[in-house]
Amino acid sequence: MSLVQRTADFIDDVFGGMIGRVKFFISETGQMALFFSSSMRLLFTQPSRFSEVIKHMEFIGVQSLGIISLTSLFTGLALSFQVYLGFKIVNAVNLVGPTVALGITRELGPVLTGLIVAARAGGAMAARLGTMRVNEQIDALDVMGVNTRQYLIAPRILAAILCMPMLTALFDFVAMVGCWFLCVKLVELDQAVFLQRINETVEIRHVIEGLIKSAVFGVVFSLVCTFRGFFTKGGAKGVGEATNRGVVVSMVLIIVLDYFLTNIIRIYYVATGRA
Amino acid sequence: MVKPLTSAVILKDVKKTFDGKDYVLKGIDLSIPKGSLTAIIGFSGTGKSVVLKHMLGLFKPTSGSIEVLGQDLNELNINQLTLFRQKFGVLFQSAALFDDMTVLENVCFPLTEHRRDLTKVRMAEIAEEKLLEVGLEKKHFGKLPSEISGGMQKRTGLARALALDPDILIYDEPTTGLDPILTEMVDDLIVKTHKHRQGITSIMVSHDLYAAFRIADYVAMLDAGRVLLYGTPDDFYNSNIELVKKFVAKGMKH
Repeated sequence: MSLVQRTADFIDDVFGGMIGRVKFFISETGQMALFFSSSMRLLFTQPSRFSEVIKHMEFIGVQSLGIISLTSLFTGLALSFQVYLGFKIVNAVNLVGPTVALGITRELGPVLTGLIVAARAGGAMAARLGTMRVNEQIDALDVMGVNTRQYLIAPRILAAILCMPMLTALFDFVAMVGCWFLCVKLVELDQAVFLQRINETVEIRHVIEGLIKSAVFGVVFSLVCTFRGFFTKGGAKGVGEATNRGVVVSMVLIIVLDYFLTNIIRIYYVATGRA
Repeated sequence: MVKPLTSAVILKDVKKTFDGKDYVLKGIDLSIPKGSLTAIIGFSGTGKSVVLKHMLGLFKPTSGSIEVLGQDLNELNINQLTLFRQKFGVLFQSAALFDDMTVLENVCFPLTEHRRDLTKVRMAEIAEEKLLEVGLEKKHFGKLPSEISGGMQKRTGLARALALDPDILIYDEPTTGLDPILTEMVDDLIVKTHKHRQGITSIMVSHDLYAAFRIADYVAMLDAGRVLLYGTPDDFYNSNIELVKKFVAKGMKH
């Protein structure tokens, strides 16, 4: 085989593979969008699935309280300490509180909450639905005349959308308690100055910005994980793969989307003269 | 060849391909009489479960038509199909019980979904009746599926399938993986259930030739995506088709 031919084959392989992946990505995104819209539309049809939504909110929200509190407390402590060490060099330790507050409410709060809940609840969703699929339980629901998307998918997604802002608010609060503890109790900054600086800098819109992001992350992880679980193929191996891919894709999407959401919100602020 | 006067299920030249190239079903023609117990048999990969899923409307045929109780399934949209499926009761190979619900809750489930006019107490009464009908003792009603034996799970699955008093009862490989004693128990349960419910049409997909010939009124044998022979067990015993002869010989050996 000539060098030209081999080069042509190589280029073909590389670009062919890339085109294939792009096609797959577009196709998957389209399928997920349809899956999302068809499931959510069913929320407003009878029979009501209110009790299912509450059940899933208990699982996603209440059962995540412990891990969110613990993680946020130590995130607040560690972040505050690092910021303190950096600001001490430039003699600006009074800005530790507002800097941490802005970082937590706008970025770390929603992102870390999203990652933690995606790993805990999203993984469980994918595994549960995948197991139901391979054990024919979803087929059983279908033949019983139960709309499986209305019964299994829509309540989970809605529960995630409702729980994520609440969990993020908790994350923000506990992380700031950690920040206060480090600044006021450990490194002995003045409490009044600490609180005043935060009050001057952090606005309610910064908190809301993070809460909106967290709701979007709720849609993302619940959609990806329920989609993966619902369309699981094969036996135990398929369930494992669905869970793994659901969690990994959710986490990557949360981090990537965070960047774009930050920019979209910034553009919105500039456009409305509030930058 | 059977020529039923009234059919519960009619498949006309049903073809199915999943990838656009290889046909799993290559033109199935089958008419299942109302009130009969019909077994669909064949080697693995001959399309038995695919035929079943077409009857239930879980798969749409690539071409051909499926009529169930006089209704062409192709004419129904997804919501109508969902409602139409209430006419079926299905006992799955794995029983497919919901593992987070007790035995009683599993049987109550179709009632809570479709009989909202009933009180919870009445639903529980109906569920108990169905469970007792399939021979499950009351002491197991509060247990989770993981806490009862395979045979009991099958009974629970059957009770759940009967909960809405379906017109058509489908058994998907009901005895696969069971020991000979349990297999006979399930076979007897199928016959008993069929006889107990006048007018119900029972369709059983099975590898178990012995059971098929022993309990079914009619047997359809699939081979390579087509119906090789459809008739009474006697038609099978008298058939000159080589593959059918092999099947019958195996069934007799059992």
